Amino acid sequence: MPVHLENEATLVAEAKEGNAEAFTVLVNQYERNIFRLALNITSNKEDAEDVLQESFLKAYTNLGRFQGNSRFYTWLVRIAVNESLMKLRKRRSDRQVSLDEKLETEDDGLLPREIVDWGDNPEQHYAKTEWQEILAEATQTLEPAFRTVFTLRDVEQLSTEETAEALGLSVPAVKSRLLRARLKLRQRLNKYFK
Amino acid sequence: MNCKGVVRELSDFLDGELAPDLLKELEQHIQKCKNCRLVVDTTRKTIEIYCDAEPLPLPEGVHQRLQQALANKLGRQPS
Repeated sequence: MPVHLENEATLVAEAKEGNAEAFTVLVNQYERNIFRLALNITSNKEDAEDVLQESFLKAYTNLGRFQGNSRFYTWLVRIAVNESLMKLRKRRSDRQVSLDEKLETEDDGLLPREIVDWGDNPEQHYAKTEWQEILAEATQTLEPAFRTVFTLRDVEQLSTEETAEALGLSVPAVKSRLLRARLKLRQRLNKYFK
Repeated sequence: MNCKGVVRELSDFLDGELAPDLLKELEQHIQKCKNCRLVVDTTRKTIEIYCDAEPLPLPEGVHQRLQQALANKLGRQPS
């Protein structure tokens, strides 16, 4: 989750009054996070850019509906998630991708196959950009239903309840998918730390 | 608690949401089971890595096109 702007409430209030400068400050603060979120969900750079633009345009248009009960960023994430899921479904309509599809729910397959000690700071073996690309690629290997939950919970650090609400899932469904996503990613990263 | 139980409760454990009785059982198990201890440590590290990762800079042109789209909507010059 990006750094919380101390004057965020003031900026939002000013943007609501039509102050474009104030809204631009919010855009500049969150654009990289929203792009990463959209890219993580859609796995497509063009779609992610569309989502980025549509999310901020929609946020500006609907700013009057933002009540301030949550952080502005959390509200923005919800918009971006909806836009991303629409893109994902449109692009994969032939395969009927749905976050509500039935996924494996048994414990079978959960037990880790490969158990390796990573040491203290495995990421230090890689250059920053290379490391960021490794992480992004590992996320992309997850199925949409898993990587979407993981992105909201562990990358954007929404709460389980916020993630459930944003995705229209139950809390147990979020927890189940999060566990599988975490274990799958742990497995994917193993090869970089052997 | 056995190894399967540790994996089942892993997320709640790492999120600090495990009930006290289960927490005690899990901690007792990982004290004596090296494999489970490694799974717990590496899964925790996985979460920390993603949690700490900064987003990559936007690809070239994306920021400018976003500013232009907003400028069109807001009726002002892009900044």
